[in-house]
Amino acid sequence: MESLPLYAQLINLLASVLLLLAFAMLAQRRVVTLIDLFAAQGLALACSTAIVAYATAQPHLYFSTAITLVLKVAILPWLLHRLVQRLDVKWDVEGLINVPTTMIVGLVLVIFSFNLAVPISQLANTVTRATLGIAMATVMLSFLMMITRRKAIPQVIGFLSMENGLFFAATSATYGMPMVVELGIALDVLVGMLILGVFFFQIREQFDSLDLKHMEKLKEGEAE
Amino acid sequence: MIEILAVLGFPLSGAAVLAALGHHRIAPKVNVAASLATFLAAAALTARVVSEGPLLVLDRQFFVDPFNVFLVALTAFIGFTTSLFSQPYMRIEEEHKRLSSARLRLYHSMFQLFSFTMLLALLTNNMGILWVAMEAATLTTVLLVSLYRSPASLEAAWKYFILCGVGIAQALFGTILLYFAAEKLLGAGGGALLWTELDGVKGQLGPTVLSLAFVFLLVGYGTKVGLVPLHNWLPDAHAEGPTPVSAVLSGLLLNVALYAVVRCKVLVEGALQTAFANNLMMGFGLLSVVVASLLLSRQKDIKRLFAYSSIEHMGIITFAFGMGGMVANFAGLLHMTVHSLTKSAIFFTVGHATQKTGTQVMDDIRGLITISPLVGWGLAIGSLAILGMPPFGVFASEFLVLTTAMREAPWATPFLLGALGLAFAAVFSKVQPMVFGETTARRLPMRPSMLPVFAHLGLVLMLGLWIPPFLADWYRQAARLIG
Repeated sequence: MESLPLYAQLINLLASVLLLLAFAMLAQRRVVTLIDLFAAQGLALACSTAIVAYATAQPHLYFSTAITLVLKVAILPWLLHRLVQRLDVKWDVEGLINVPTTMIVGLVLVIFSFNLAVPISQLANTVTRATLGIAMATVMLSFLMMITRRKAIPQVIGFLSMENGLFFAATSATYGMPMVVELGIALDVLVGMLILGVFFFQIREQFDSLDLKHMEKLKEGEAE
Repeated sequence: MIEILAVLGFPLSGAAVLAALGHHRIAPKVNVAASLATFLAAAALTARVVSEGPLLVLDRQFFVDPFNVFLVALTAFIGFTTSLFSQPYMRIEEEHKRLSSARLRLYHSMFQLFSFTMLLALLTNNMGILWVAMEAATLTTVLLVSLYRSPASLEAAWKYFILCGVGIAQALFGTILLYFAAEKLLGAGGGALLWTELDGVKGQLGPTVLSLAFVFLLVGYGTKVGLVPLHNWLPDAHAEGPTPVSAVLSGLLLNVALYAVVRCKVLVEGALQTAFANNLMMGFGLLSVVVASLLLSRQKDIKRLFAYSSIEHMGIITFAFGMGGMVANFAGLLHMTVHSLTKSAIFFTVGHATQKTGTQVMDDIRGLITISPLVGWGLAIGSLAILGMPPFGVFASEFLVLTTAMREAPWATPFLLGALGLAFAAVFSKVQPMVFGETTARRLPMRPSMLPVFAHLGLVLMLGLWIPPFLADWYRQAARLIG
């Protein structure tokens, strides 16, 4: 078996870092660390996009790298840190998650995603096709994280990390979406985050907590 | 082309003006004016497309064919009537101190921005921009649903944001897969996401990738359509937001999301040459109809009741498009029109009824006919129309769906008939005492704004009795387009 070129190896390495970070986020209970992990994930994503851009000489991917760096490594983590400080939830820990079980479910999801990605990867002619499974796994793990968390901020970080996974899928399967679409997506994510920031304060004001377990008044069929 | 720019430009500039203007006496008037201008532009666009055929303009970024122009006209029309209804409604909310002037500024500005995102989703030719516009529509409506900032409305908005956010992320993945399949044929760059280009090569798109893409797209946009089991956000968002917002959510947003699904289905069907996409849509549609009709009888809140009824009707439409073919598509398009018109009319009357009685709990709403005859009759007639009583248009479209189902999918007919019967029993038994029951409340002096309600119901009645030839022709063209 011939060895892969250096850039492909680097991309694979970064892909595994991405997956590892997704698992780390799944197991992390502290909000502040979670934000740092999210920023690290953004950085890994930006690096891999830059390498793909260099290796394939796709100039528009440099723009996506720049967007990722600015948005996901700088602005969003900064916003989240500020929110955590202003809301004074710096030391919040998530009590309810059962780490070992979540990890096992996560492993199953990874295997599932890899299997799902096999037929598509075979069709791809990009250098990065092997990473499509990892991208899908990152999406699934972020999804799992959103389900298992009961606090507002970790849920949102799960949402953002899902977006990272999708972005990685776009670069690894197709060398990125057209520019105008990427810009639109970035704008939506940013605006969404700003709205959520306002929301956190409203929620805290109304429920005295960012714990979503208070939000179970609206139930199916409403018996009371 | 000028029409397209006008259709998109009026709501966008309306949003900017209303945000800058702040809460002012004339803000509701500006809102109505912007919506009216949008509607007139949409009418001009429609006239143009009807006389000259499909348009593909601005570097192929915008595409108008009979299928989307009909939805553009419908969206702009209901946007306009809703802005008329929201004038007195919001004034009363302000008098009751439920909303501050800063909130009203947000409301008016977001209302226009929401119209803009929906029209953009309809008019764009780019599947990526379609996604961006749908997500932007979610964001604007999250702000609208949480307008009262009460615990319940925040909870509803949060649920809406998270569920639709996750859903729409699936749709993004589906879009990426679509791009992945198309890029090989059309080359990288903007061209490979343009619907018209995709439609041209749909026979050669990779079937494995496209079937996977369709699952993600259907789940993603289906969350916004409110298909069971992805419907959880819908009743909460409808019940907790201001009533004009419930009206546009039910009447417009669900349609636009379904439009996205149908556009994807056309591509996937062409690539697969099997009934995979059709079967999925029929399955989701039927499940939504059955589950929603079972849940209808358990509702206590009037807005939740009609929200579940929206899930049921979106299920019927999805089922119709799933069956495919001329007649079913025709019925689906007709049902989209009459459901939007009737459901928004119902929400208008419900808005007046809840304001007059001060509650959304159905057990506490009694004798509307004595409190305000117009509101009472509006609710009674609207409910009969939505339940599919002849001679209203809903009857015509449901009849077409059912008869086609008997031929195409006989196994589904008993479920559909049973669900429609259940829905009738549930809604009718709840609406009857609300309208005709005994009440001690006195007759209220303020006059409701019922013109939009009766305009909508009149149109629905007309569509049940007689579909104007140009409209029928137009439906037929659209039905042919979506196969």
